[in-house]
Amino acid sequence: MATIRQLRRRIQSVKNTAKITNALQLVAASKMRRAQDRALQAKPYSEKLRAVIADLAAATIDPEKPAHPLLVTREVQNIGLLHITPDRGLCGGLNSNLNRAAGTFVATQREPVEVIAVGKKGRDFFIRARVNVVAEFTDLGDYPGAAQVAPIARLVIDDYLAGVFDRVYISYPEFVSTATQRPVIRQLLPIEPPQAETAPGESTFAQDYIFEPSPQEVLAELLPRYVETQIYEAILQNAASFQSAQMVAMKNATDNANEITRELTLTYNKARQEQITKELLDIVGGAAALEG
Amino acid sequence: MPLTVELITAERVVRVEQGVDALIVPGAEGQLAIYPKHAALMTTLEPGEMVIRRAGQEDAFVVTGGFLEVKNDHITVLADASEAAEEIDIARAEEARRRAEERIRRYREQADRDVDLARAQAALQRALLRLRVAEQRRRRTTGRPQV
Repeated sequence: MATIRQLRRRIQSVKNTAKITNALQLVAASKMRRAQDRALQAKPYSEKLRAVIADLAAATIDPEKPAHPLLVTREVQNIGLLHITPDRGLCGGLNSNLNRAAGTFVATQREPVEVIAVGKKGRDFFIRARVNVVAEFTDLGDYPGAAQVAPIARLVIDDYLAGVFDRVYISYPEFVSTATQRPVIRQLLPIEPPQAETAPGESTFAQDYIFEPSPQEVLAELLPRYVETQIYEAILQNAASFQSAQMVAMKNATDNANEITRELTLTYNKARQEQITKELLDIVGGAAALEG
Repeated sequence: MPLTVELITAERVVRVEQGVDALIVPGAEGQLAIYPKHAALMTTLEPGEMVIRRAGQEDAFVVTGGFLEVKNDHITVLADASEAAEEIDIARAEEARRRAEERIRRYREQADRDVDLARAQAALQRALLRLRVAEQRRRRTTGRPQV
């Protein structure tokens, strides 16, 4: 049985913890709104780009003779994994889910995998797992901008074109909702052209357009941007996922702390009652003894 | 039928404008003016100034390169980076110009071999472009004769 003094100390410390988790929750909630907003604002560009490439791909790409190196499927000898995670923890199971998914992925590939890490949590995980981390990008901040993503995209594309990797996958948390973030791993390079949304009969596309300078050159301009956009979107979803997961985790922590405080206070009050009763009995007993 | 113009970057939708009379953009093959009923077109863009002309008014934008599609009088500009002339941060552009010039100077004097000359020149070009577009807008709004 804990003493009254110990209980009092314990209650105070849980209350302090609750204050901290509550503050973190509020900060995460406000950052979450902005991060989600940015993820949403990036949608029109990527959707438009995807539609254009789908049209262009359907019209200009001959599967036998790909029009651009980023579309060429090579025999796979080395795999690259662009692993995107948050920099910080205190966000529930987000990091361990991401790392577990990526770790399983790496372990099940027949070809050797090397990792390009975005975010400290994923980098540390793969360093501990003794997987080769060839590059790292950390401290992108709460609201990463397109300019910060450009060097990542350039590295990935250059490595692919130089033959360092024959296939590149991207791993990131898909932001489903504030409560749900799902680890996703999918192929980034070579580019699998998105399917056109138009009906097959409508594909008179290439003939109708004027291309400046030429369809191939337009495609060559668009494809690297497409890769960059996919990475950028993944990084924005990562930011939104992190803030959401942190907010939810901190809310749970605050609720737990409040619950513990309630229980401890009850125990504390009971103990205090007992103590007072005992003291009263002592006094009454002592007085009775004197009288007697 | 007048044009609809959407100016979009990876980060945000910069401007959506309907009832546009003409769009002037820095195309891959030179300056390009698009009027209603233009043929379907896809072109890459060079860094430069883009102008939306609408009811006698002209709105200027900086575009640092990208891509443009015209289809049924609907124009989509997918820009790498873009802002309206009135949004340009002149102090920041000045600062960027100064830094780029400094890097180029160091390269020229061989003092610093780590300078990426191409990047520094591109940065300088972007800074000068922003300053030029901002300056032109200032002139227009202060009522001096239009060029």
